[in-house]
Amino acid sequence: MKSVIKGASYILAHTPDMVLHNGTTQTTERIVNPESDYLKELPNHLRTFDQALAYWPNQVYIGNKTPDELAAVAQPWYDKECDINARYGKFGQMMPQEEFLLLMQACDVFDLVKLDKEFVAAHKPALEQNEIMDDAILSRITEGVEKSVVEHFVNDEHAEPLYHNNVLVGCVVRAHDIDVNLSAHVMHENLVSKASSVLALLYAVKNAGIEKADVEYVIDCAEEACGDMNQRGGGNFAKAAAEIAALPNATGSDSRGFCAGPAHAIVEAAALVAAGAYKCVVVTAGGCTAKLGMNGKDHVKKGLPALEDMIGGFAVVITEDDGINPEFNLKILGRHTVGTGSAPQAVIGSLVTDPLERVGLKVTDIDKFSPEMQNPDITKPAGAGDVPLSNYKMIAALAVKKGDLQKADLATFPVKHGLTGWAPTQGHIPSGVPYIGFAREDILAGRVNRAMIIGKGSLFLGRMTNLFDGVSFVIQANTGAEKAPEAGVSEEQVKGLIAKAMKEFAATLLAQAE
Amino acid sequence: MDLENQKRVKEFTEQYGAENVVVLLGAAEGEASGLAAETVTNGDPTYAGPLTGVSLGLKVYHVCEEEVKAEFDEAVYDEQVSMMEMVLDVDDIAGEMSAIREQFCKY
Repeated sequence: MKSVIKGASYILAHTPDMVLHNGTTQTTERIVNPESDYLKELPNHLRTFDQALAYWPNQVYIGNKTPDELAAVAQPWYDKECDINARYGKFGQMMPQEEFLLLMQACDVFDLVKLDKEFVAAHKPALEQNEIMDDAILSRITEGVEKSVVEHFVNDEHAEPLYHNNVLVGCVVRAHDIDVNLSAHVMHENLVSKASSVLALLYAVKNAGIEKADVEYVIDCAEEACGDMNQRGGGNFAKAAAEIAALPNATGSDSRGFCAGPAHAIVEAAALVAAGAYKCVVVTAGGCTAKLGMNGKDHVKKGLPALEDMIGGFAVVITEDDGINPEFNLKILGRHTVGTGSAPQAVIGSLVTDPLERVGLKVTDIDKFSPEMQNPDITKPAGAGDVPLSNYKMIAALAVKKGDLQKADLATFPVKHGLTGWAPTQGHIPSGVPYIGFAREDILAGRVNRAMIIGKGSLFLGRMTNLFDGVSFVIQANTGAEKAPEAGVSEEQVKGLIAKAMKEFAATLLAQAE
Repeated sequence: MDLENQKRVKEFTEQYGAENVVVLLGAAEGEASGLAAETVTNGDPTYAGPLTGVSLGLKVYHVCEEEVKAEFDEAVYDEQVSMMEMVLDVDDIAGEMSAIREQFCKY
């Protein structure tokens, strides 16, 4: 059986106050150098929600603009207003901070999120107007607590404060007095991940045109861990988010692999469906507070806005073959193995050329590659270059070495077979998957026949191995509905066989009687 | 440069002596190479890591520089580095690296 991409969702939440209070670049600086000029200057670089809406890469992420349209806009992009500044797009939405804080409270089932009742009263009507919110979620919003209660938890109980426009409007309290795995900081980080995953799940169901009850399995592939001191990464974000998104028939589990997580999870989901284990699997991921403002020092130094102010999320719906939607070709799976090594040449070989060679294809047989799709507007000022472009240059260079490409075509390869990056630098969020929504449309429209999604992960960050990691997979135009396996024998043949057996049996009985 | 890597460079230097340590970089850009080279010679220019204010003055090269390439077995270099050599702006990187070495390298 084949598995297909039924739909995808992409969401963002604009969280400028979390940049200041929860991004690790800032929290580290506050410990190491609390009086630094950077910490004083950063608030002046935060964007308003309207500025985030008018930012070109954000409009591409939620699907109102295409990567090709973005590529036609001269870089840098932070100083240019997009001609579309809608908060809703065909893939999802950009949620403002005040609504996201309410959504976090709705996603909390342990009474950990305490919001000032005045804040709730002021902003709940806006959330009620949100196109994707339904009663299942809205009915979970409580009326909130007195501000003095919030202040007490923050001042005396180690709660993680929640700010909006630099005003204390709530907090996340610790879930245990001693266990650091349930500290207010960790609970805050996990609830942000969960809430953004829920938002992505809601849109994924809507965009795929399925019923919530159709979802049988959810795989969460973010980079957070939830658990307690006895099972620190016990899980299960997937089922927790599915509960809030009201997917009654779903169970699920978490799959991890740093930034390669989404690609691993999608291969697993595609295989589960292809094997017939589940009919409909959704791969989902919420965003990451720690990475907010990660490159803020460089952005501030160069006079840019703090561009890393968006929490990202996505979800992909994978179902049994419908004869229409783009299908997975599970014969073309790239994998960086234990023995591959870490040289870029070996990495790209294992992920791109090796799997293609195994099925007799060339690099140029793939119409579009989607590797690490980080927004270069964010990474270039931080000295990390244009990450997608670097990937395309590497793929092209290896194609030249393999004889798949002429050296003269090196320069045009990134334009022809590549994309301009638009995803926020939220680790797993830009890793290959941002193109799946567009790829589905491009393949359905016949603009693209085959697309390769590449996820790469820096496992050494966890200090368990020095190894790098990566997997890749190919989605392609649907090759037509599979024929039902031909019946071994027809009903008439069965009748004939039974009649024959009866006759023989009768003959045997007669013979015995004689 | 990653804070953990700064710590490891510092520890190796203490263990083996600064004159016996060579730092080999593989960064993709001239600017990033220069920053990493500055970190292990003059000290962390971002004032964030263990090498803040620590001028180790170590020998530091990028793997695509001619001096380093000459040290390699040709077949190994072709297998491990030649693809990146085609991709990187080697002249820009080499320029940044030699400028940092001239200014801050003590060995």
